[in-house]
Amino acid sequence: RTAAPLSCSSKHSTKEKHLVLLRDGRTLIGFLRSIDQFANLVFHQTVERIHVGKKFGDIPRGIFIVRGENVVLLGEIDMDKPCDTVLQQVSIEEILEEQRLQQQAKQETEKAKVTALKDRGLSIPKADNLDEY
Amino acid sequence: MLFYSFFKSLVGKDVVVELKNDLSPGDTRSAHATGLWENVFSYLEDVDKGIQEHSESYLSICGTLHSVDQYLNIKLTDISVTDPEKYPHMLSVKNCFIRGSVVRYVQLPADEVDTQLLQDAARKEALQQKQ
Repeated sequence: RTAAPLSCSSKHSTKEKHLVLLRDGRTLIGFLRSIDQFANLVFHQTVERIHVGKKFGDIPRGIFIVRGENVVLLGEIDMDKPCDTVLQQVSIEEILEEQRLQQQAKQETEKAKVTALKDRGLSIPKADNLDEY
Repeated sequence: MLFYSFFKSLVGKDVVVELKNDLSPGDTRSAHATGLWENVFSYLEDVDKGIQEHSESYLSICGTLHSVDQYLNIKLTDISVTDPEKYPHMLSVKNCFIRGSVVRYVQLPADEVDTQLLQDAARKEALQQKQ
């Protein structure tokens, strides 16, 4: 089966940057070089953008080939639209640190929740042990 | 093929696409199922105080339906995100392509849908598929 261009996305300009949201929550921004019917993508001069609160940081990633099944959404970045008015760009180290703190806070609330429920003899079934019921 | 034709008839109308939230392949817990259980347990006041986060909000995108394909991939123009605070990356994106496999709901304007016709067509399609 040869890769054919998607019927509903014909006019992709190679001069405009594209943004792709992946299933694992990552955001990639770069020049879209090719796309096929599975939404497999080739990105050029890719940058991974991490958002924490109002801050964001860009990590340069080079050339990316994304398998279509991991794509949630693909958008064209409009250069004319004023975008970074509320968002503040920070260095890579800072945004990674912010992200780590955010993950940590999330895990702590999760843990507290599980403990609170366990004290009442209740538990939220996880997908990996659903078969035991 | 039925819904492909159905969506094609809605091109140019405003729709809201709600995406699936529990998407990460590495996640052992389904976020949607968790949300349901939390609703059941929400009468627990201690859990409410500070431990319970706000209910899972899914990324919803409002826009004009530009095109659709056989996989029900959707292309929207003039998009706006229903919760821009939570999803800031979409601020400068006007048009987008959404992979059909990640769509949970497509909210349609009620007056654009002839539910009786759609129901009959769906029943016929189901019967044909059975044979």
